[in-house]
Amino acid sequence: MIEIKDLHKSYKMGSNVLHVLKGINFTVEEGELVAIMGSSGSGKSTLLNILGMLDVADSGEYTLDGVPIKNLNETKAANYRNKFLGFVFQSFNLINYKSALENVALPLYYQRVPRKERQERAMKYLDQVGLKEWATHLPSELSGGQNQRVAIARAMASEPKVLLADEPTGALDSTTSYEVMDLIQKINDQGNTILVVTHEDDIAHMCKRIVYLKDGVIVEDKKVKQVRASAYV
Amino acid sequence: MFSRDTWNEIFETIQKNKLRTFLSGFTVALGILIFVFLFGLGNGLINTFDKFFQEDATNVLYLFPGKTTLPYKGYKSSRRIEFENSDLADIKKNFPMFLEYITPRISRNKLVKFKEESDNYNVTGVDWGHQFAEKTIIMKGRYLNVEDVKKKTKHAVIGRLVEQDLFGSKNAIGKYLDVGGSVFKIIGVFQDDGGDREERGIYIPYTSLQLIEKNTDKIDQMVVAFKPEMGYMGAMAFERSLDKFFKDKKFINPEDQNGIFIRNVADQLQQNQQFARVLQIIVVFVAFGTIIAGIIGISNIMVFVVKERTKELGIRKALGATPKAVISTILLESVFITTISGFTGMLIGIALLSSLGESMAEDYFITNPFINTGVAISATLLLIMFGAIAGYIPAKRAARIKPIIALRDE
Repeated sequence: MIEIKDLHKSYKMGSNVLHVLKGINFTVEEGELVAIMGSSGSGKSTLLNILGMLDVADSGEYTLDGVPIKNLNETKAANYRNKFLGFVFQSFNLINYKSALENVALPLYYQRVPRKERQERAMKYLDQVGLKEWATHLPSELSGGQNQRVAIARAMASEPKVLLADEPTGALDSTTSYEVMDLIQKINDQGNTILVVTHEDDIAHMCKRIVYLKDGVIVEDKKVKQVRASAYV
Repeated sequence: MFSRDTWNEIFETIQKNKLRTFLSGFTVALGILIFVFLFGLGNGLINTFDKFFQEDATNVLYLFPGKTTLPYKGYKSSRRIEFENSDLADIKKNFPMFLEYITPRISRNKLVKFKEESDNYNVTGVDWGHQFAEKTIIMKGRYLNVEDVKKKTKHAVIGRLVEQDLFGSKNAIGKYLDVGGSVFKIIGVFQDDGGDREERGIYIPYTSLQLIEKNTDKIDQMVVAFKPEMGYMGAMAFERSLDKFFKDKKFINPEDQNGIFIRNVADQLQQNQQFARVLQIIVVFVAFGTIIAGIIGISNIMVFVVKERTKELGIRKALGATPKAVISTILLESVFITTISGFTGMLIGIALLSSLGESMAEDYFITNPFINTGVAISATLLLIMFGAIAGYIPAKRAARIKPIIALRDE
């Protein structure tokens, strides 16, 4: 599903050049649930952003579902993002003046899905994350965990190939974190490919595979026995 | 780009961001409102001005006799100059190519009687040309003509208010009036835009007036109308020749400024038109200052709006919004708001102007303030256009920002 070869990325910080990714090689099969771990500054978020086409690598190859991702202009990147990827962010990034339902429907708007169908599909995904009754509420009227579930519903609404989650539990307490992880596991059970960036060990062990990143290189890549989050909920 | 879905999205955004909508809408509406209002008031001021100086003909020179202040050719100073009938004849003889018509003006205050009614009125002895010099409008009957002057007829033309005073609602034409002891037949009734004072006047042939006054040939003043096609320069030249001619004839020192006076309406007209033009320029200047202030205002708001929405636009981009979609979201929204509020402001301005109408004429010299619809619409479109341009630049920048930067937590 995802294939990257010799990926490099550096940032200019004034006169210094910060080499963040120093040759990453990495493959993800369909249906995997991968945790990317590392301390802050290890390059894990940068890797995720490149995978999400929110950022561009300096060199290296990246193939997503058989499509080589290169020479992207903004419009092309936007279309790929819309078609291939769903995002979940640490700070939810919901649009604050739109209701939960409208937020979930937004990716479908950019897919030019007709309004009525959009609403129906959005409602279906809200139902899946257990927030059907909260459809008309604004993000400010929902709890952090609820907001993150809306964000997950939004990410799933466009039926992406890969779900990318950047510290999805970073802003949540542990009970809520496990609820969210439970949801992510269930989505994975349905056969969706998911990448989760985290620095929390317990969250990482709820995935099926952990990739450790340190100073811009992969230091360890191992399959783990998945801890079901439902046991803690 | 113009699908129903796009508009739905825009309406929703507008409805849910009331402060932002209000700010940009208010700026544009206020800008246009002030522009329309100021421009209209300026036009009203110019209207008053025009009205003021169009009561009388503008192609006339007024000649008044004075008193000399310098001795000349054996004559002492302080000599009173007088005009007489031969002066009229001389002008006709010497300046035929300039002349349209000429009329003397002899003003007397006389007791006028009809049956039991009587009052003092200003009685003026004139020639037929006086009708044009004063722009007298005949309501009924006729004005004095060449025959009246030549035959020294006892005919009188009376003002509307004289008829009202002395005859009430009855028709005065053909009635006989006692004017200072002589009987005159009323042949016409006139009105005048100059106001009540002028409509309380009576015109009789100057020759008849001279006859009553012991057959004198003295004249108070002369009104000389020149051909309008001579223009301003021609009028000034004519004035100089007349001045020279009469100083010669009446033995007045050429340096003496007080022997005779010539009032040139063309000169005044020129000055007044210049004044009106300066007024117009000031009005246009202020009005466009307002528009520019409006443009700066809407530009600021657009920059602020895009800045405020950076994160939202980042989210939209992460969800698959193309740069084009981002730009059109911002632009359509801003153009929609500015168009609605711009035209609202314009209509309020126009309504305000027309509600003023004549009400400010008395105290503020503003008559019928108005604005050309074309000017108002152009100004509105200008503001909308600049609002769009001002929105486009930051929108384009926002569309180019990588979503990761826009999404970064502050």
